[in-house]
Amino acid sequence: MKKVILGLIGLGLLGGAVNTMASPEQDRLDTIKYFTTKFPNIKVEDYVYGALAFDQDSKDQYEAIMEFPPFIEDIEKGKKMWETPFKTGKTYADCLPNGGKNIAGSYPYFDDKAGKVVTLNDAINACRVSNGEQALKIDDMKTMGVLNAYMRTLSDGMLTNIKVEGPAALAAYEDGKKTFYSRKGQLNFACATCHVQNAGVRLRSELISPVLGQSTHWPVFRGGDNLFTLHRRYEGCVKSVRGIPPKQGDVSWNNLEYFHSYVSNGLPMKASVFRK
Amino acid sequence: MRKFKLVVAASVAGMMLMVGNVQVQAADQQQAKKPPTGKDLAFDRKKGNCLACHGMPSQPDAESTGLYGPPLIAMSARYPDKAKLRAQIADATAANPNTSMPPFAKHGILSDKEIDMIADFVYGL
Ligand code: HEC
Ligand code: HEC
Repeated sequence: MKKVILGLIGLGLLGGAVNTMASPEQDRLDTIKYFTTKFPNIKVEDYVYGALAFDQDSKDQYEAIMEFPPFIEDIEKGKKMWETPFKTGKTYADCLPNGGKNIAGSYPYFDDKAGKVVTLNDAINACRVSNGEQALKIDDMKTMGVLNAYMRTLSDGMLTNIKVEGPAALAAYEDGKKTFYSRKGQLNFACATCHVQNAGVRLRSELISPVLGQSTHWPVFRGGDNLFTLHRRYEGCVKSVRGIPPKQGDVSWNNLEYFHSYVSNGLPMKASVFRK
Repeated sequence: MRKFKLVVAASVAGMMLMVGNVQVQAADQQQAKKPPTGKDLAFDRKKGNCLACHGMPSQPDAESTGLYGPPLIAMSARYPDKAKLRAQIADATAANPNTSMPPFAKHGILSDKEIDMIADFVYGL
């Protein structure tokens, strides 16, 4: 009975979060309020741990693994890519703001001139192209994945700081929000069905992470050595509900990432982490 | 257009299911092929997968069950009308548009016959 009542309260607030008239900032505050009401014992800053925030044993195990990360070699590979100059003699650090340090928390951003959301991976590719190199494939974990894994370590500790300014940016944000709340797949789930409505609840034996904090710690190494970028994870979740995901790097994923990251504004970034 | 997408989704899933089945069948080749029972269909991860969300306290072999939905127990007492129980399984969104439970009939996840069999099994829980 208690569970039913909690469920109803949850749905009420969920309704609030889906309010199409709400500003991004209102959405963020509603989301925080939803989770802090539902889980009064979990501190907002602990949501960066995802599902681990709900299970001390798993979190202890995670801390132990993170002392000697099994994926260190992949980070080293990314570092090498990062430091290797282009044909022009320039490096990634030369064309990204602040030498690529402490910037990941402001991505994705909305580029008014281009009229679209730009992810950190897009910025890496733009840098390559402007130096006469070929763009990397967004879904190639061996190149873009490891590079992403290293470059994001340069922003560890930065607080997420996504901005949505102007009508075009807002439209992209709203599109991402729509993706998050729309049901899809033969099994008929929205992202929110699991990561809002059922966050902290077990699906089979899997504890479900909340949307809050989800964007802060990418990529993850599942099982210790299997690199997953955020878009690869999106893709996996959509496949699990028997839906057909867009390609990684697709505009609809970029817009989803924009919305998804905004919710975590103020939470610290950390790359990379272990996941089951 | 929407419908088209759904059909494609269903048939891709169908292909995945068939691949799955071929492997399972190959593994079970020696064993006599018994048609699945309602319980088999409810437990099968590629069919009802009910245990992903529901405990079944009266079934000792219902392991690592999820908690999205309430435990299924004393069902015939709670659903004297079996048709209501069947309707919940066929399309949970009719009773609760916000439900997390997949609409098994509406989205062609299970056939009508399979839903009948699962409803019979669940009625006995
Ligand atoms: C049927 C349930 C379900 C749906 C629907 C679903 N996911 Fe997931 N998702 C999971 C499970 C299970 C995991 C692994 C456990 C966890 O960390 O939450 C996961 C993990 C994630 C993670 C990684 C969290 C972490 O800290 O490692 C992200 C990000 C994510 N999902 C985003 C999404 C998005 C975006 C959508 C919609 C496009 C979505 N999910 C739809 C079940 C789902
Ligand atoms: C992904 C989650 C999920 C799956 C899979 C699922 N259910 Fe449910 N089920 C729920 C939820 C949540 C409820 C609570 C009522 C609602 O939201 O509709 C529910 C409610 C029910 C009820 C009503 C229970 C009551 O106490 O009144 C029955 C019966 C039921 N489910 C049977 C099944 C059967 C049989 C299957 C497999 C064929 C199944 N469910 C698969 C989530 C699920």
